Amino acid sequence: MSKISPKQHWWNNAQHRSLFFQVLLVSLLAGFFWFIGTNTLANLEKRGISTGFGFLSLKAGFGILQSLIPYDESYTFARTFFVGLLNTLLVSGLGIIFATIIGFTVGVARLSNNWLISRLAGVYVEMFRNIPLLLQIFFWYFAVLRALPSPRQSWSTGERIFLNIRGLYLPQPILGDGFSLVGWVFATALIATFLIWRWAKKRQDETGQQFKMFRVGFGLVVGLPLLVFFALGSPLSWDVPKLQGFNFRGGMTIIPELTALLVALSVYTATFIAEAVRSGILAVNSGQTEAASALGLHKSKVLRLVVIPQALRVIIPQLTSQYLNLVKNSSLATAIGYPDLVAVFAGTTLNQTGQAIEIIAMTMSVYLFISLTISGIMNWYNKKIMLVER
Amino acid sequence: MTVHITSPSPSLAPPASSVGVVGWLRGNLFSSPLNTIFTLAGFYLLYSLLPPAINWAVFSADWVGTTKEACTSEGACWVFVGVRLNQFLFGFYPPSEYWRVVVAFSLIGVLVAWLLIDRTPKKGLVGAFTILGYPVIAYYLFYGGAFGLQVVETYKWGGLMLTLILATTGMFFSFPIGIILALGRRSSMPIAKSMSVVFIEFWRGVPLITVLFMSSVMLPMFIPENMQIDKLLRAMIGIIFFQSAYMAEVVRGGLQAIPRGQLEAAEALGLSYWKSMIFIILPQALKLVIPGIVNTFIALFKDTTLVLIIGLFDLLAVVQAAFADPKWLGFSVEGYVFVASVYWVSCFSMSRYSQHLEKKLHTGHAR
Repeated sequence: MSKISPKQHWWNNAQHRSLFFQVLLVSLLAGFFWFIGTNTLANLEKRGISTGFGFLSLKAGFGILQSLIPYDESYTFARTFFVGLLNTLLVSGLGIIFATIIGFTVGVARLSNNWLISRLAGVYVEMFRNIPLLLQIFFWYFAVLRALPSPRQSWSTGERIFLNIRGLYLPQPILGDGFSLVGWVFATALIATFLIWRWAKKRQDETGQQFKMFRVGFGLVVGLPLLVFFALGSPLSWDVPKLQGFNFRGGMTIIPELTALLVALSVYTATFIAEAVRSGILAVNSGQTEAASALGLHKSKVLRLVVIPQALRVIIPQLTSQYLNLVKNSSLATAIGYPDLVAVFAGTTLNQTGQAIEIIAMTMSVYLFISLTISGIMNWYNKKIMLVER
Repeated sequence: MTVHITSPSPSLAPPASSVGVVGWLRGNLFSSPLNTIFTLAGFYLLYSLLPPAINWAVFSADWVGTTKEACTSEGACWVFVGVRLNQFLFGFYPPSEYWRVVVAFSLIGVLVAWLLIDRTPKKGLVGAFTILGYPVIAYYLFYGGAFGLQVVETYKWGGLMLTLILATTGMFFSFPIGIILALGRRSSMPIAKSMSVVFIEFWRGVPLITVLFMSSVMLPMFIPENMQIDKLLRAMIGIIFFQSAYMAEVVRGGLQAIPRGQLEAAEALGLSYWKSMIFIILPQALKLVIPGIVNTFIALFKDTTLVLIIGLFDLLAVVQAAFADPKWLGFSVEGYVFVASVYWVSCFSMSRYSQHLEKKLHTGHAR
């Protein structure tokens, strides 16, 4: 560019300009960080807050409503971080499972040739995705679960499962001697099934011979562990919750905060997943279906071998971004007091220690780490399944 | 010899079972045993949900009155919403100054309608006024402090008014920032590019709540001690940064869809980078992503509810606070239904409008 016109001034040279502009950017950025850095240090000194992560080894001194790992007041702030993180992962994991199930069902239902079913699915999607998630969480928590009866008037099914204002009480499985063997058999069967599936696929590619994979896999993964389970004399018992005084003892408790958050997250995210599924299926050219039928494939095979693999190419990127949204949205837990990472760590711990910068930075890094990891995996996957065109 | 003239006999009418109402029912509701089961289950679901809901909300609801005692029937108590409607709309804004809020929102309503409706003259002038003049007018109307208007501190702002202010300012500022970030991300300058990428991925990777927490507890530390940033302004800054990262990705989608030849042609004509962006690339790219922009606006509008967590009284927070009034206990469902319908009507109509625009602006670029 610079050699086009001999009269060109040096400031009109594209390279000079871009160099100048970038130097300007860097110095602005450095100036900005210098500004907030010095201010922060001055402010911290004035308020008498010491920086650093030393507070993590201090005693927390507060209880947490729900914890997946042993925890009480005597543990450290570092422990509260992990309790909160695990609670976030729990609600996100369960939410992803439920949202996927509801979302796929509704997405397929929306394309149903049954007029009523497709309309109902449409109403579901339009209704729940246009209402703020926080409002839905509040609705389930304050208007529905707070209106449940007291423990003495619990709703119950067969005196095993109880639902009341304090939560959902379920029988807890107690694993007896030898149950771990069942687990090992199950894990081995999974690996064996995978290996057989690879072998069968390879053989079919080479020779065209098919293998009854479903029967063999089902027998290995479900049948074999069941057989071992009964052969060992059913080493599993249930701890059923019982009403004692004003509350239930024994069994598993699912706190209403978790239920409300989970229902709202699943119902809300499912609407977006349903739209992704619908757009994915619609994106498969109808010629593909017709061509597959013309080859004489059975309807279920057309779906399984032709439509779904192509639809997944469209669905999966959108699905991942919805999963990420769900994980990020699970931080709304703090509004109803479910002890997730934000509520426990960026809420209670921050109030107790005043270490705002360290705590917010740690909390944000967790979410950032999850997001960047998943989007990294996504990009790799996208490259792998991208259509290779001419 | 006789001549046989053969002519086709008239076609038979289609069987009665495949046309008209019966045909439609058979085709769409009862085409197979499985479909019949689904249809019946669907009708049962409607039957068990819809009549009680309508009855609760309309027929056996109480509409008029001023106290809780007016609610005698089984159904909804809309008196609760009616009595507190002013608070739900304006928060704690002084009632004598409500007209200022009404004027400000009516003005932006007229301006936006002017810009959106097809055959209105002088769009450029009105657009320039909306971008340059209106924010100043709106600031003085809401906050006051000039032209003899009484100052209304921001902690008195609340309700639907605050929700709308947060959403529109978020949109107004995040749009240009988003465009610059998107251009930065596609720039050939390595430093500008990496800075944009880091900025975008950072804000997109964290939940809005942590952003709001950050703006409420960390922002005061970043500024000199003698400076104060208003709580509402801090939340706005957080929302704007968060939103502009999403906006940048939407705009980038549009930029990527424009064929390279457009930029090359602009360069061949001797246009500078900014001229080719402003006159050639951006008009085409932005037109493509209008639906995406509307969608991010809808998301922002719904996300403004999160400010209640840092103690601002948006529509949801004001309604939530009203449940605690001892004179009006037990009307949370009515309150939630009211808020939900405000959001639902707004979001649904915006998404319909974006679909309409998408059809209208479709000029063959999108594949």
